Amino acid sequence: MSEHHIAVTINGRLHQATVEGRQVLGDFLRVTAGLTGLHLGCEHGVCGACTIIVDGKAVRACLMLAAQADGTSITTVEGLAAPDGTLHPVQQALRDAHGLQCGFCTPGIVMTLAALMQAPAPATEETLLAAMSGHICRCTGYQGIRRAIRALTARPPGEPA
Amino acid sequence: MNAPIGAGRFIGQRLPRTEDARLLTGRGLFTDDVVLAGMLHVAFVRSPIARGRIVSIDAIAAGGLPGVHAILTASDLAVLRIDMLNFFLAVPDIAIGPLASGRVAYVGDPVAMVIAADRYLAEDAAGLVAVEYAEEIPTVTISDAKRTGADPVHAGTESNEAAAMGDPEDDAIEAVLAAAPHLVSASFTHQRISQSPMEARGVVAARRGGELTVYISCQSPQLVARYLAQAFGLPPANIRVIAKDVGGSFGLKSIPWREEVAVIAAGMLLGCPLKWTEDRLENLTASNHAREQELTLRVGFDAEGRMLACHADYGINNGAYPHGADANIAVMMFLWAAYKMPQFSFLARGWYTNTPGLGAYRGPWAIETQVREVLLDMAARQIGIDPIELRRRNLITKADQPCTTPLGIVLEDITPAECLDKLLEAVDVAAFRAEQAAARAQGRHLGLGVAAYIEPTAGSTGIAVLATDVAQIRIEPTGRVTAILSTHSQGHGTQTTMAQVIAETLGVGFDAVSVFEDDSSRGGFGAGASGSRQAVAGGGAAIRASAILVDKVTRIAAHLLNANPAYVRIEDGMVHVAGVAEMTRSLREIAEIAYGEPDRLPPGMEPGLEAQYRYRPPPITFTSAAHACIVEVDTETGFVSIKRWVCAEDCGVMINPAVVEGQIAGGLAQAIGAVLLEDMAYDANGNPTTATYKDYLLPAISDVPDFEYIHASTRSKAEGGFRGVGEGGAIIGPPTLINAIADALSPFGARCLDTPLTPSRILDLIAGRTSAKRHEAAGPAAEKATMPPPPAPPAAPPSPAKAAVDGLWKMVLATPMGPQEMTGRFETDGETLRGRLDSAQGAQDFQGKVSGTHLKWEMKVTKPVSITLKYDIQIDGDKLTGKVKMGFFGTAKVTGVRA
Repeated sequence: MSEHHIAVTINGRLHQATVEGRQVLGDFLRVTAGLTGLHLGCEHGVCGACTIIVDGKAVRACLMLAAQADGTSITTVEGLAAPDGTLHPVQQALRDAHGLQCGFCTPGIVMTLAALMQAPAPATEETLLAAMSGHICRCTGYQGIRRAIRALTARPPGEPA
Repeated sequence: MNAPIGAGRFIGQRLPRTEDARLLTGRGLFTDDVVLAGMLHVAFVRSPIARGRIVSIDAIAAGGLPGVHAILTASDLAVLRIDMLNFFLAVPDIAIGPLASGRVAYVGDPVAMVIAADRYLAEDAAGLVAVEYAEEIPTVTISDAKRTGADPVHAGTESNEAAAMGDPEDDAIEAVLAAAPHLVSASFTHQRISQSPMEARGVVAARRGGELTVYISCQSPQLVARYLAQAFGLPPANIRVIAKDVGGSFGLKSIPWREEVAVIAAGMLLGCPLKWTEDRLENLTASNHAREQELTLRVGFDAEGRMLACHADYGINNGAYPHGADANIAVMMFLWAAYKMPQFSFLARGWYTNTPGLGAYRGPWAIETQVREVLLDMAARQIGIDPIELRRRNLITKADQPCTTPLGIVLEDITPAECLDKLLEAVDVAAFRAEQAAARAQGRHLGLGVAAYIEPTAGSTGIAVLATDVAQIRIEPTGRVTAILSTHSQGHGTQTTMAQVIAETLGVGFDAVSVFEDDSSRGGFGAGASGSRQAVAGGGAAIRASAILVDKVTRIAAHLLNANPAYVRIEDGMVHVAGVAEMTRSLREIAEIAYGEPDRLPPGMEPGLEAQYRYRPPPITFTSAAHACIVEVDTETGFVSIKRWVCAEDCGVMINPAVVEGQIAGGLAQAIGAVLLEDMAYDANGNPTTATYKDYLLPAISDVPDFEYIHASTRSKAEGGFRGVGEGGAIIGPPTLINAIADALSPFGARCLDTPLTPSRILDLIAGRTSAKRHEAAGPAAEKATMPPPPAPPAAPPSPAKAAVDGLWKMVLATPMGPQEMTGRFETDGETLRGRLDSAQGAQDFQGKVSGTHLKWEMKVTKPVSITLKYDIQIDGDKLTGKVKMGFFGTAKVTGVRA
């Protein structure tokens, strides 16, 4: 079994570790780094619960190996809120809209929406809804998630369409 | 009580959920998040075949892998005496062990467990365990189960019939059906469903000294603790079960099952902490499933479309090891409960097969509403009446109540007809029909579906584990409120809703209330989330316990301030005396005195501010609803697009409307999945063919429309006026959608009898093709063709056989709550039979008739409900078989041997 030394910046802090070639990034983050906020829901890239942000892009941590993360900068759901505890706008919008129930799929949904909201051009409702079709939520029927997306993409009053 | 319930300061408010702060920031604690020092990991070796004998298990190579600590099989666990229990906490009448012993009964059956330093190593080793099987032909479908009488799934049983209630037919009802001006008949099949909680099952078990701590993904840590204590024969250990956050369950995790019990057993044996987290492949293929059913209805209508009588024939696949062998009597209890059905008979049977066992899934009886409402639309077409008008003529209205259903349930306050009226205020049917006609002229196919139902919630009779819930509430010396409840959330948000109820009743701030429900070592027994009970049973307990504290604070304050108790009230955490502002004290001041200065309390009063109330809600609290949905079916692709969905529901006083709507929406999304997408399919050899989420299709955001809600809110008779709402969406959603699709496809004469209605099946319906599934699944006609003739009624024996009958018999009654053991004493005197039945419930004498070795008698019992039991028994040598009619509980089998 091959072993790899990796150095990854996670939520702003550098982590160094030796990992087996076969170790999935999601397992590395949960078990080795202790970041249990990301959840492994299907481990084959369908449910989206394990989504994190790698170098600015939403990535499924079950479809990437830890060794592939060497040299990257990763944000997990634990690293999204402000240090004083103020929720990220995506987290706040989901909370206001009752966008979660059991909360198991939620970290992945938060990270996909956060990744798209930070893109250079502001994301549209259509973009975010299309991205959400890659996430499975078994509890909510997606009603609150859709409301949160509408709140996030509503233009401030007076701004031209 | 401080505030009127219903439009309260907190009750009825859409408060944001307390839980969300931790869940949105990755600070939840799910079972797989638990890490204990020295913890080892479990992977299971599972059967690749559906049925066969285990010839040998070779674990030598696997055991030699570095990092592997142990490989255990059934014989290793046998040193612990383990009784797997069903949902009623009774021992099932088939042998079930945590691991396969000698035989395997489904693909995925756990044969051995590997314990290793990490999950990767455990799976490596599991792959090296060599198991040799002698493969046998499996029984996969209900039709297979009916055919394979000679070679049943479980050794020692006479057939694959797991449970049966009712009768094949009733002469009186057959006569009514034969003479009815309109007879509407149809046979429906429902596919197998995987509950698919996003967090699969999982357990961490640690024995330390005399304490066994179990973290488990479940529906109630209290119920799991009781289950384990009983399953392990009351071991001399302190059992503590913890479940903080649970990622959905929907019935699957209602009891710990084979894998969880195996891990806990291994943890007890090995003495080191063990973790098993079910992966998605295991969850889809080896967890218990639900819903694989068939139901044939024959309903007679008079010339005006009023119902005259019905016979139902029902079967449900129990798999190999169901959470409770089940004929699903609730289907029959609620099939016609909301409608005026003068006469009704049924036969309901459950069947063992070589597939994963039957588990619960949101509204386990839901097929009653699905089939009834779809059949009513068919009847409307056949009779030539508008489907809404047909419902109006048959639904029970407020004016019809109180009344009693065909199966003996008393209805006092159901409102499905009123919900239908409200629904139709929001949905303009005439306008839709015009739009539909215009669309059809353009070759587009729109459809409108309507359905109505009632949902039994928070039942407190008949199922002992569901009878009561408990709230333990204290006002701490700090003035904060701590509540320890037997409720539990797998997404339900009870930490929020119960705090709303308590804050409202006590007169404190919402943020002043902390709710705990995650640890069996705190609080008392309750089934947690089960049967849509938490608002009603948990909320009722919380109100009553809070009211005790309000009374105590009032008496203390009146005593301390020398005020009239009638003028004392608590508001926002302050204790006021009406009209005397300077007498206002904080709750904290009162609490400090109650705990720390007992001499200042009224004479004889117990110090402290702690209260407990165990609440039993009314026998059944009904929620009613009517839904409508509009679809467009693309007749080129078979794709269904849902355009609108309106829900008019009456769930009583709502604690948090956002939580109520969340429950309805979640159920509706699952309904959409069941109707259009989900199918846990097996091939003829019992191999699962939908083992990933690329094959087992769950609804995505693009499949689920925005739902519109109309709330009726008729107070229930339960404390607080609440009604349950957890399962309704999953019950009424399917027929609403199916009826809309059938309406869209009505120009093609399509009848939607089988789910899921995938695009290819819809194209079959449009083309008038019989689906492949319908060829396989035996309808009643096919069943008659392939079934051996039913056993002839017992022939009159040749001679009186006093010697063959008289004496002591050990008998077992197969009740829905599990087998009930009895001792029977018979004494014949000519044609007269005298006897006595002895069981754990007590002893009772009876008198009846005997004809040869054929015995018949009736006896009245009053517990759990007042019913007459009608026994019909045949004795054959040292064996006794027969049945007992149990009023509206249907018919149960009796077996016995001479004692």
